[in-house]
Amino acid sequence: MSEAPPTDRRNAPALSLHVPEPDYRPGDTPDFSKVVVPAAGAAPRPDTGAPARETFPLTDTLVRVLDDQGRPVGPWDPRLDPDTLRKMLKDMVTVRVFDDRMYRAQRQGKTSFYMKCTGEEAIAVAAAAALASDDMCFPTYRQQGLLVARGYPLTDMMCQIYSNAGDKLHGRQLPIMYSDKPHGFFSISGNLGTQYPQAVGWAMASAIKGDSRIAMGWIGDGATAEGDFHSALTFAAVYTAPVILAVVNNQWAISSFSGIAGAEKATFANRAVGYGIAGLRVDGNDALAVYAATRWAAERARANHGPTLIEYFTYRAEGHSTSDDPTGYRPAGEAQQWPLGDPIERLKAHLIGAGEWDEERHADLVKTADAEVRAAQKQAEAQGILPDQGFDRIGSMFEDVYADTPWHLAEQRDAALGEARIYLGRDAS
Amino acid sequence: MPTRNMIEAINDAHKVVMAADPDVVVFGEDVGYFGGVFRATAGLQAEFGKQRCFDAPISEGGIVGAAVGMAAYGLKPLIEIQFADYIYPGYDQIVSEVARMRYRTAGEWTMPMVIRSPYGGGIFGGQTHSQSPEALFTHVAGLKVVIPSTPYDAKGLLIAAVEDPDPVVFFEPKRIYNGPFDGHHDRPVKPWSKHPDSEVPDGHYTVPLGKARIVREGQDLTVLAYGTMVHVALAAVEENGIDAEVIDLRTLLPLDMATIEESVKKTGRCLVVQEATKTSGFAAELATLVQERCFYHLEAPVGRVAGWDTPYPHAYEWIYFPGPIRMKQALEKVMAD
Ligand SMILES: Cc1ncc(C[n+]2csc(CCOP(=O)(O)OP(=O)(O)O)c2C)c(N)n1
Repeated sequence: MSEAPPTDRRNAPALSLHVPEPDYRPGDTPDFSKVVVPAAGAAPRPDTGAPARETFPLTDTLVRVLDDQGRPVGPWDPRLDPDTLRKMLKDMVTVRVFDDRMYRAQRQGKTSFYMKCTGEEAIAVAAAAALASDDMCFPTYRQQGLLVARGYPLTDMMCQIYSNAGDKLHGRQLPIMYSDKPHGFFSISGNLGTQYPQAVGWAMASAIKGDSRIAMGWIGDGATAEGDFHSALTFAAVYTAPVILAVVNNQWAISSFSGIAGAEKATFANRAVGYGIAGLRVDGNDALAVYAATRWAAERARANHGPTLIEYFTYRAEGHSTSDDPTGYRPAGEAQQWPLGDPIERLKAHLIGAGEWDEERHADLVKTADAEVRAAQKQAEAQGILPDQGFDRIGSMFEDVYADTPWHLAEQRDAALGEARIYLGRDAS
Repeated sequence: MPTRNMIEAINDAHKVVMAADPDVVVFGEDVGYFGGVFRATAGLQAEFGKQRCFDAPISEGGIVGAAVGMAAYGLKPLIEIQFADYIYPGYDQIVSEVARMRYRTAGEWTMPMVIRSPYGGGIFGGQTHSQSPEALFTHVAGLKVVIPSTPYDAKGLLIAAVEDPDPVVFFEPKRIYNGPFDGHHDRPVKPWSKHPDSEVPDGHYTVPLGKARIVREGQDLTVLAYGTMVHVALAAVEENGIDAEVIDLRTLLPLDMATIEESVKKTGRCLVVQEATKTSGFAAELATLVQERCFYHLEAPVGRVAGWDTPYPHAYEWIYFPGPIRMKQALEKVMAD
């Protein structure tokens, strides 16, 4: 039993524990009027070489470019050419179509697991547009848009999801845990937060070697509570590492709202202040703002002015993963109430407003993306779906544990092949 | 008597200890309002309030470290690490602080707490949702390590763990949350409701820590298993028609050596079984103990069944998992020698 308070303190007020609660739970009608959305164009844009301190006010607001009519306003307008904007739109649409098809594939039993990034497409796609193609990315499982934007074949992504013969990771990783060095996409870990200090280390290495490439790491709002988040910021600050550290604040970490990660008390961008590094808080559903902020941070890093922490403010429109049912902890339809809208619709409206796009071309784009994704799926499924996997190339399971296979693994490989022969009734490889 | 699956039994154990002891507090990622991703803590917040059951930030180091502070105050933290694969950020607090506090302070501070975590594979979780890290904890002086294999035991052991004065790491074989998996990936798992060990009484009872259970009596061989592997071992013994005594260890640390010794001295043969990777696993410890204490009674070398020494693969888990074929081969070998 806990000890009773000493008697001489009997009149002291009783302490009580504060446990944060979201404003709305299932059955409530969500109303986001409390979410402060500053006007587009209102945030000042410091020089990319400005002292970190000058950015601190920007950690409390939102950098926004597109106004409610889809017009770009203010100093953060990146003034992108229409081709770049159309490419971003195409990539975002492709990611959404891809997510929908793979979600369905999981529901059809073709794979074990899937994670969508619906509503967050701009964060990876616009960042990819703002980075150089050889900058290094340390993503989470919600940055599939980086691979799409960097031209990694959709079929290869799907083969990884199906763990099939075309899976370059040999059926070892969970679906969506891609890895592709040539496209500057670091191996995704299931262990939250680990990629954050790794991104800083890569950036430090680039600086040690006098390279010109920078690194960017992503983390979810929930995972900012991990120690690795804080280690990363310390290292980034101490060594003025050429790194961009992104917090994707999509409001939910499985069933826990962002308040459980501290969002009631300070913005995630505010975390930059304590470390003395530049910080920005950005409308994550505004592709132009995401581009502009990422570009700003990239220029800053490239000029040896050091790291930037960017909070992309967004909303996880769908479940956490195929294993999650969000109606168990938040009101149905909450995503539709989200005041920052849909990133695809907003970019589309902007392009249409600029006379560079129209409904017909958009319908064509969706159709083309759909056809492209379906074709990729067909190609991938020709190489197998998960339930058919794991019966061939069994020996490959024992490779890559070490550079060379030690005796005990060789023995175990032979034993496994022996087991497979019995189970399959044929020789296995 | 009510039947419960393992999750329901664990949930019920929480209710019993929370009702009995106002110092028990439950926290962990997603455990509060939603009741945990596996639903082990469902309904606790509604019943006992937010001060006694709440969501924690995604910080296993923070969760365990805070539990240390709470235990120091006099509370009894009963915490959940969402997957055993994610216990590592909390490992330093567990190993360096929780485990040694009684010793290093000569009993001035103690750490009564339970650290629950689902472990093990067979659910297509890939390498980061499938590990069996129990040996990393049995190697640490000052911890108790418990692994149930039935709903009845899960409830009784969890209540005993909470009532224990020492810190207990409580690993739950998530593969058998819903039914006793026998290792046959190609057969449907029968639900717990069809199994006698799912008769879980309401209210308080305990299954003592440090006491193994003879699941099946036999004369020719002693099989030592825990967690999911109890069911795999049992099925294999029966499928192969061997008159084996199957012992469910239930507590790995401290181990019920008396029951093991008595059985091995009777049967003269021993097979140790674990789901974890083979090298330096808990089975190695078991084999050594049996060899040290029963050597002159043994008619054959102690056999060992384990997972392969690779990370847990996604597509190959059917042949990674130590299933019926590996069991059969090991049984034949230990019986033939
Ligand atoms: C170290 C660790 N702890 C716990 C988990 C289990 N887990 C997987 S995803 C997740 C929520 C992550 O939320 P957030 O960081 O906000 O990212 P989001 O999924 O919202 O993009 C949790 C708790 C994990 N994968 N790794």
